[in-house]
Formats: sequence, C-alpha cells, structure tokens
Amino acid sequence: MNSLANSLSSLMDGFGHALTPTNLLFAAVGVLLGTAIGVLPGIGAAMAVALLLPVTYAFDPTGAFILFAGVYFGAMFGGSTTSILLNTPGESAAVVTAMEGNPMARSGRGPQALAAAAIGHFVGGMIGTTLLVLLAPLVASVAVDLGAPDYFAVMVLAFAAVTTVLGSSRVRGFAALGIGLAIGLVGLDPLTGAQRLTFGVPQLADGIDVVIVAVGLFAVGEALWVAAHLRRRPPAAIPVGNPWLGRDDLRRTWRPWLRGSLIGFPLGSIPAGGAEIPTFLSYVTERRLSGRRSEFGSGAIEGVAGPESAASASSAGTLTTMLTLGLPTTATAAVMLAAFQQFGIQPGPLLFQRESTLVWTLIASLFIGLVLLLVLNLPLAPVWAKLLRIPRPYLYAGILFFACVGAYAVSGQPVDLLVLLAIGGVGFLMRRYGLPVLPTILGVILGPDAELQLRRALQIADGDPATLVSTPVSVTVYVVIALLLAVPLLRPLVRRARSAR
Amino acid sequence: MTIKEPSSTLTEQPIRKRSWLRSHSELGISLLLLVVGLLVLANTALETRGGSDSDPLGPHAVPLVVGIGLVVLAAWLTADVLRGGHGEAEVGEDIDLSTPPDVRTLGMLAGVLVATAALIPLVGWPIAGTVLFWGASYALGSRHIPKDPLIAAGVSLATWILFDSLLGVDLPGGPLMGVLR
Repeated sequence: MNSLANSLSSLMDGFGHALTPTNLLFAAVGVLLGTAIGVLPGIGAAMAVALLLPVTYAFDPTGAFILFAGVYFGAMFGGSTTSILLNTPGESAAVVTAMEGNPMARSGRGPQALAAAAIGHFVGGMIGTTLLVLLAPLVASVAVDLGAPDYFAVMVLAFAAVTTVLGSSRVRGFAALGIGLAIGLVGLDPLTGAQRLTFGVPQLADGIDVVIVAVGLFAVGEALWVAAHLRRRPPAAIPVGNPWLGRDDLRRTWRPWLRGSLIGFPLGSIPAGGAEIPTFLSYVTERRLSGRRSEFGSGAIEGVAGPESAASASSAGTLTTMLTLGLPTTATAAVMLAAFQQFGIQPGPLLFQRESTLVWTLIASLFIGLVLLLVLNLPLAPVWAKLLRIPRPYLYAGILFFACVGAYAVSGQPVDLLVLLAIGGVGFLMRRYGLPVLPTILGVILGPDAELQLRRALQIADGDPATLVSTPVSVTVYVVIALLLAVPLLRPLVRRARSAR
Repeated sequence: MTIKEPSSTLTEQPIRKRSWLRSHSELGISLLLLVVGLLVLANTALETRGGSDSDPLGPHAVPLVVGIGLVVLAAWLTADVLRGGHGEAEVGEDIDLSTPPDVRTLGMLAGVLVATAALIPLVGWPIAGTVLFWGASYALGSRHIPKDPLIAAGVSLATWILFDSLLGVDLPGGPLMGVLR
C-alpha cells in the first residue's frame, strides 16, 4: 500500500511537470502529428518515431518522450480512421477494425464507427495507463534483483517470441532476426574495442546508427516497395461527418471497450508483437459474446469498439515492459528504446529510481495525451479524412525526403544517405519476400544488449556456462522458449496421431 | 509441323529456365543470407581474438554464432523455397500486387537518392532537397510543371529553416543561402 501511495504522489508530481506550457505543447503536437501519420497510408508509428529522433536532438529528454508517446497513441488512433474509411489497413493492428468498420461506413454509419473507435482508444488507453501506474513500480521493484543471466534469458525469449509467434513462416522470421543481429554487430566491440565487420572503413567503427537502420527499413523500404507497385488510382475514402454515438450504440459498446482493454494490456506487455494478436482476440471474443452474431461481417459496432480499445491498451502494456525491463515488444517500442539510449538513459528497473521525474512526467503525459486525442479527434475527423486524398507522388516523395533529412542529421555525412539507400533496399526485399521487419529492428537494437549481458554473466561466473541457468527466472524463461520452439514441431505429430486414430 | 518442332523446343527451354528462376527468385534471399553469413564468419576469423580471463567469451563468440546461424538459415530457406514455400508479399493501402514490380521507378528513385548525396556538399540542403523531392515525385509519376518544383522547393526550404534555425540541427545551407544571408 505504501508503494501505491508513493506512485500516486510521484504521478501527481508528474502531472505538475507535464502541465507546463512547453510539455503540453509537446503532447499536443505529438498527438496531432501521430494521428496525421497514422491516417496517412504508408507511415506507421515506428517510422514516425524514427523520423522524429533527429528532430529531438535539441530537446530535453522529457519533452522528446512526451512527443514520442503522443505519436505512439496518435498513430494507432489514426490507423483506425484509415481502415474504417478506406478498408485497406496499413497497419496490422487495424486489420480487424476494417472488417466491421468499413461495412459500417459504407452503410452510412461511419460517424458511429469513428466514435466507437475513438472512445475505445480513450477507454483502452486510460485503463492501460492506469494499469501501468499500478504495475510498473511493482515490476520494477521485482526486476531490480534480476541479474545478467536473467536479462540474457529474457532477451532470447523476445527474439524467439517475435520470430515464432508472428508471421506464417518461422524460417523467414529467423532470417529477418539474423540480418538484424548481423547489422547490430558492426562497429567496435564495447568490451574490448575490437573492430567487428568494419572492413577498415572509419565511418563503420561507430556502428551503423540505429536511426539510419530504422528509417531505412521503415521509411525508405516502405517507400520503395510502394513505388514498385503503386496503385495508379488510390482507393476513394468514404466521406463522413462528425463522429457521434447514440444511446443504443453506447449500450452495445461499453462492455467491448472494457473487455478489449483487459485483453490488450497483458498481451501488449509480453513479446508477442504488440497489437496484432490482442485486436484479433478481442474481435473473436466480441463475436462470440454478441447477441447479434449475424451482424458480424456486415458492420457490427462491437467489432470496432473491442479491438480498438485492445490496441490502445496493448500500447500501454508495451510501454510497461519497455520502461520496467528495457525490453521492447513492438517495433515502435524498439525505436523508442533506441531513443532513450541516444539520450544516455537506460530503461529498466533502475529507471524509476534514477529518472523518477522523467518517467512519471511521461506517464502523466500519457493521460493528458489521451484526453487531447479524444477532444481533438472527435471534431477533427472530417479533416483527417481529407488527408487521405493527398496525391501519392507527393506523399512518398515526402517520406523519402524526411528519411534523408533524418539520416543526414545523425552525423552530417552525405555517405549516410547511401547506407540509408542500401538498408532501404534490404527493407524492400524483406517486404517483397515476406520477411517480417520487427525481428530485424529488434535484432539491431537488442542484439548488442543481449551480447553484453551474456558476456557480463560469464565474466561474473569466471566463464562457467552453468551460470546462465543458475536462477529460477532464467530456467523458467528457457522452458517457455523451449515450448515456443517445440509447439510447431509437435503439431504434425499430433495431427498424425489423430488421423491414425 | 515436323520441321518446326525442334526449333520450338529450343526456344522453349531458356524461357522455361527463366520462368523457373523468376518463380524461385526468393532464392536470392538465401544467397543474401549466405553471403552475409560468410562475411561475418570470415571477418570474425581474421580480425578478432578469442576470450581472455577477464572476458571469457571474447568479442568473437557471438559473431561466430550469428555467422553460422545465417549460413544454416540460408540452407533452411533454400530447402523451404524448393519445397514450394513462399513468403507473402506485403500488402497496403497504395499497393497493387497485380502489376509486376516497376523497376524503372525503383531505379529512378535510387538514382535520385544517390544524386542527393552527391549534391548536398556542393549546393547545400535547400537545393539538394528540392532535387530530391521533385525527382522522387517525378519518378512516382507526377508531371505538373510549375507546381511540382514549387512544392519541392517550398518543402525543402521550410525544412531547412526549421531544422537549421529552430531545432539546431546543422544542415548545410550551401552557396545560395550564403548569398541570401
């Protein structure tokens, strides 16, 4: 109870810092920018945060993270607008929303669909962030005792989870991870200073900057991939008025909102790829529980409300894991972790002690950002819909332009643009051949950390490999990893046993 | 007919070979994995030393694992592709997968990026950025003459002012901005 009172008073202090005019401005800009980015096809939250990284070099870290958090929530919200009005979701998290939201918009219930999504985001985000306030200090206080072997195990779990849980093909997931790990190796070895994969090029000694990797994979890779298959006539968006909900719709949506948040938060906090799985689970749940199952597929409002709330709550769960363990579970969180490291801050259990003001200001600004999102976005929905009409050549030229600005701003070397283009080429090939991008970015950002933890663990134990499985946490985690890896191998055996019977 | 037959099988064979390669172009990813894996292994074997007492694992253990892993993955992916496995191409709002990839646009975009990298030190960001934005929108099919370059110049100049004077990120202004100042 004492710790709860502590968190609450820290949170109040956080509100005090977050409500200064500058930080409020950062929150508002982040939320608006994030929504615009989420609405625009082709750009997601991860790309947006990566592109904004160089912009924030001049800011203090608190302002920068308030901006990033606003972008994160805003982009997820904006994505739902696109899938409701266009039926072609750009982000995997919004796929489910399109299934019910688009039929609703087509039958004239667009305002209700947008409102169910917007309020769903607000509710999911609020519940998720409240859970973050309650749980994060607890997780952090437990995690303080974790040692290097535990961290190494948890990072291996993250690698195993993103490659096996996501996507249809495990070999492609692992291939994506391998590419990321290889990119992460480039540069000086942090412990001995040995040059690795630098090939005598002095610019490579510092490693390939994470900003360039992220911008290359997300922005340039995406722009090149779209350019190769550009739809000559972009799909027309369905025009809408202001979102609103009638009493009847409210009666149908409040339960899905609450259930969605409870599904989203835990699944967002584990390394299972963010919002994709919780939105789908929420959709399936609502369909099963609904008294109007026949409406599903042709515009059931529950199928918009639940998944959107789940998506928002899952981002709060993702932030919980990122802040308390330093472990990113989505691409956006991975880029945010890189941002923390740029500012010389290491997220993890000690963050709540060392950077208490920053963390609690960030959390307070999440609440503020959610309120701003709701207040701004309900009336602004028709404006956002207009963004969908931007001519595609300008949109993708703009993405390439800002990608180059971002990559150049990292160190002011034109040669970085060529590295950017090369990584963009890799991003293109990955999209062409169905390699997921998340394992790659996780490999780049988490790979060096994992190596450091592994070597530190062995240093402490004088090279005895048994130290890696010397704690209860690490043993448990390795069992989970073994199960994750074994499940797909067992499936054909089970099938064979069944058919034999 | 009897005269034509041998010639048609002669021309058919290379076509069949090419279409086999096209439908198995994913093997290029295997090749990429193999090359990167061998590069990592070669570099590790030649450049780094093993562990010491204070650092039992040393700087080369992890690269070795990554290198071997990449080579194994190359083999695994090859087997998967030959057995008929396919990676799903990514879909999106503006993507039309029914058309073959537009290689010309890709080449133009790559050229524009390389040109931008070459132009920045010569003419500064405002002009290089204009070339970048205009070139990219041209490559993507926009052909409005006074409008496209004007938008490009506007975006580029505004970004330069925003970054250079407001955000404190140093972007070279080039000779043109030197004159204006």
